[in-house]
This record gives sequence, C-alpha cells and structure tokens, in this order.
Amino acid sequence: MGVKAWTMLIVGLTFLLYIIVAVWARAGSTKEFYVAGGGVSPLANGMATAADWMSAASYLSMAGLISFMGFSGAQYLMGWTGGYVLLALLLAPYLRKFGKFTVPDFIGERYYSNTARTVALLCAILVSFTYVVGQMKGVGVAFSRFLEIPFTQGIFVGIAIVFFYAVLGGMKGITYTQVAQYCVLIFAFTVPAIFISLQMVGNPIPQIGFGGTMQDGTYLLDKLNLLSKDLGFEEYTNMGMNDKTNMFFITAALMLGTAGLPHVIVRFFTVPKVRDARKSAGYALLFIAILYTTAPAIAAFARTNLIQTVSDKSYAEMPAWFKKWEASELLVFEDKNGDGKIQYLADATKNELVIDRDIMVLANPEIANLPAWVIALVVAGGLAAALSTAAGLLLVIATSISHDLLKKNIMPNISEKGELLAARIAIAVAVVGAGLAGINPPGFVAQVVALAFGLAAASFFPAIILGIFDKRMNREGAITGMVVGILFTSFYIWYFKPQLGGPGSPENYLFGIKPEGIGVIGMLINALISLLISRITKAPPQTVQNLVEDIRIPKGSVAPTAGH
Amino acid sequence: MNKKNLSAYWKQNLRYLAILLIIWFVVSFCCGILFADTLNQFKIGGFPLGFWFAQQGSIYVFVVLIFVYVRLMNKLDKDYDVDES
Repeated sequence: MGVKAWTMLIVGLTFLLYIIVAVWARAGSTKEFYVAGGGVSPLANGMATAADWMSAASYLSMAGLISFMGFSGAQYLMGWTGGYVLLALLLAPYLRKFGKFTVPDFIGERYYSNTARTVALLCAILVSFTYVVGQMKGVGVAFSRFLEIPFTQGIFVGIAIVFFYAVLGGMKGITYTQVAQYCVLIFAFTVPAIFISLQMVGNPIPQIGFGGTMQDGTYLLDKLNLLSKDLGFEEYTNMGMNDKTNMFFITAALMLGTAGLPHVIVRFFTVPKVRDARKSAGYALLFIAILYTTAPAIAAFARTNLIQTVSDKSYAEMPAWFKKWEASELLVFEDKNGDGKIQYLADATKNELVIDRDIMVLANPEIANLPAWVIALVVAGGLAAALSTAAGLLLVIATSISHDLLKKNIMPNISEKGELLAARIAIAVAVVGAGLAGINPPGFVAQVVALAFGLAAASFFPAIILGIFDKRMNREGAITGMVVGILFTSFYIWYFKPQLGGPGSPENYLFGIKPEGIGVIGMLINALISLLISRITKAPPQTVQNLVEDIRIPKGSVAPTAGH
Repeated sequence: MNKKNLSAYWKQNLRYLAILLIIWFVVSFCCGILFADTLNQFKIGGFPLGFWFAQQGSIYVFVVLIFVYVRLMNKLDKDYDVDES
C-alpha cells in the first residue's frame, strides 16, 4: 500500500473514531458539558485541555520552526508551557471558585459593567480569529500534501471540512472526543520520533536521544553544529547574539498569552472543585510536555537529515518526497548556478532551495525513509490537532457573537432559533475569513499564533490578575487598560507586518522588539494604566470587594451556574 | 472564617507563589535565555547546558512546580480549614 492509500485509511479511521466517541458521549451529556460535567476527572480534563490546546502550531509548525531556528526556537517551547504555571498558580483556582463560564462573564461581573463585558468580548473575538487564521494555514498544508494539490486549493478543502466539523461537531466537540484526539495526536507525534531516534542514535527515547552519539561516535548536536556552520548558518545550539531581546519578549508574550486565552481559561471553570482546577492544570501541562519535549528532538533530527540528504546532492537523484512537496509549491528549487546540484546555503543570493518551515514535521518521516503507515499517521495527527482547535475557537467566536453580543447587548429579544442561526452564520463568516487570510498569512503558523497570544496577553491578562489580586481595581481602570493594551498591540502588529499592509520596517522596532513579542509591552502598559486610573477614581462597591475576598478561598465553591 | 485568619492564609499563599514563580523565572528566563550562552560552556551528555535548559529542562521544572503547588495549597487549605469537603 502506498502513502496515499494509507493516509486515506488512517485519516478515515480516526475521523470515524471521533464521530463514534462524540455520539457515544453525547447521550445525556450535552447538559453536563455546560454545567461543568460533574463527572469529568482532572485527568480526563487535563487530557482534553491538552488536545484543545495543542493546535496545528504545536503539532505541524513548531518542530519545523525550531529546526530552522536552532537554539532560539526554544521561545515556543518555553512560552507555550511556562504559561501553564501562571495559569495554575494565578488564575485557575480563583476563576473556578468564581463559578461562571466565560472570560467576559468574569470581567463583566468583577468590574460591575456591561461595557467591560463588551470590551472583553471584542478582545476575545479578535484573539480567537487571529488564532484560527494560523490553524487554517496548518490545515491547508496538511491537505495540500495529502491530496497532492497546490497549497491554495488545500486551504479551500480545509475551509469546507472545518466548517462541516465545527457546525456538526458544535457542542458535540466535547471532552471525550478531545481525549480521543489527544491519544491520536500524541501517538502520531511520538512514534516517528522514536523510529528516527533509534535510526540515528540508537536510543528509543528521543528526549535523551538527541543528546546522544551517532554511529561515527560524534554527538549528534556537535555534528549538526558543524554542518550548520559549513553552510553559513548559526551553530544549532548557539543563540545568535541579537536574538536575546526578542527571545525574552516572545517567550514572555506566549506565557502571558497562554494565561489569557479565552478557550483555555474556560476549561478550568468546568472541573468539580477548586483543588481539581489546580490539579487539572498540572495534568494538562504534563500531557502537553510529552509533545513539547519530543518536538526539539524531532527538530534536531530533521535538520540533520535534511542537510545530509539535500546539500550538494544532484537534483535528479532527489527522493520521491522532494518531488511531491514541489507539487505543493511549499518547497522550491531553483538551480541558480546551473550545475544540477542543490546548493542549500545561508546566503540568500546563492541559496537554491527554499523550504516552507511548516512542512518539516510532515516531511520528516519521509526524509528518514520510514514506512508508509507512519507517514499517514502523522498526517492524521496533524489534522486532528488543527481541526479540534479550530473548531473550539470557532465556537468561542460563535457564542461570543450570537449569545453574549447579540442576546445580552444588542437584541435581548432574539429567539432561540435566531440565536442559533446567528451562531452558524458567525462560524461561516469566521471560517471563510480565516481561510482567506490563511492563504497569505503574516508569517508561519506558529508565528501567526504567537500574534494571537500577544493580543491575549495585552488585553485579558492584567484585567484578570488584577481582578483577583488587587481588591482596589475598579471598572474605570480595567476598561481603560484593556482598550489601550489591545489597541497599542494591534496597531504595532499592523504597523510592522508588511503582509497586513503596515508601512513600518524592522529598523524602527520599539526597543528592537518584533511584533510577536510586543504583547508584553502592551500588557505592561495595560497594567500600569489600570493601576493609575483605578487609584484616582472611585473604589469598587463593597459587594464586589466581598466577591474578591470570597474567590480567594476554596471553601464554599459551587458548581458553575449558567450565566446564559 | 474571620478576617485575621483570611489574611494569614492569603499571605502564606502569596509567599508560596513568590517562591515558585522565582524558580519559574530562573529556569526559563535566566538559564534558558539570559545566561544560556554562559551555561553552554558546560555539557551534560551531548547537550550544551543552556541549550538543554531552554529546550528540555525548563519544561520538566514547570510540570514539577505545578504539582508542588497543588500539594502545598491542599495542605494550606486544610490547615486553615478552607478546603472543600
């Protein structure tokens, strides 16, 4: 059986699995999903959170980026895991005690204001939309390779499937489906890594393997450093000196953003007890860490393999995967000096091979000559990761618009049916918009997603943290802070992202910070303004101050009530 | 629970947070970024140390930190009798 047949088979089987689980778990449990699914253990919740969380960015894009960035790729590894520490310590237990469903609910109540709720809503929509754009590119990459069609067409197939999945899956995309998706994606991610690790360094544990020695007795990383240096790249394990500032800020933006992402925070509202909320975050991170410690190993293996396979080799003798990826137009070879060989070099004027970073994870098992079913498995895992996250985010957008915005603010008399219709339309508009934006995204998948995190950090993080830890924080401070934070950050991103039509150029970066890292500054501005304004305006009412005291202790927590 | 107890409980909670978050900052931002090039002079196995912290070590520490926090807080909740029955 060829790769294509295997892919059809495995993708088909996994989709069938999700549908079966969704139907099985749905019986009598739709309501449970809303009222915190009293029976969801922290373990299952942790696994579901991990699946929800790990998107195309983690699965498809991250290892590829690290493999081209080397050391500083760690900003994604630390950024997307370290945020869970903040989440567990600073947010999860208190938000659980608060006992409502959504972030705008918390903001609206804590700041006793509908304006605050609306501002939070708009921020949630912007953040989620940016995030979905990143997912759509990931879906497009997976389909273009899988069906061997150009990337743009891959995106259109992706739009159709995500739409179907989000509308059909809708509320059915419940915890247990995500548990199944977690199992598929973690299996699909680690199996090839184990194979390749055995192949290259003879160690079945990739996390240890990429620090091991190759057959000729040299350390893999030393060898990779040497290869990179020969081609004019930075040594793999070294940080380029000018990277330090940006690595610091991007890591911080991702961490703070994690703790501000609406669809992640929501998960901690839905466990039975406060202490479960704490533990749940721990389990979630544990499950995420399995993928996140494997990814850098894959990155190092893939990089070594890639260089050894293509560098200075004759184009005519390239293996089949090379030609197939050329069909997707995500890998382009141009024989500049006409010698029929591939010169892969850091120097852009002489380099003849351009590789889209986002194809690395999918291409990796083929480069390593693994069996066809492993390659198919990786495609299935990538689709699981991208689709589950995209569908989850689209739901956040849809409920925000149909429920919180229309019903609570603009048209309180809207009927149940009208609300549902509005939700469906919102999903349709969001997915098509995101798909079109995904054709020409402002960066690689992981970079686009990083922008979403920056926006989350700059808007929600201070409002929630101060809402818990600063009793004196009031309506005026929080609203001004959120508005200024998100405006500043989105303006900066627009200004310095040429793909969005911004006029700025890198020399003018504020303190040299890239748009991916600016969320940290936005967050600081937000916090400072909030603190300043809250101190010169009226203190929050006594009832709200009592509420803050109350969420600080676990005792007396009740199941979340529908704020809907 | 009376006011005095509540503030003692909260203070202890903040103390735990401060300690754990300092460790969090040190393993990621200090070992993995700010002083990584210095640490890279040392090696464990084939890993330069700074590189290891950035791409492996910090993540392991994060997981441990959360579970330590869970233990500490469960005990604190009991001591102050604010745990959920």
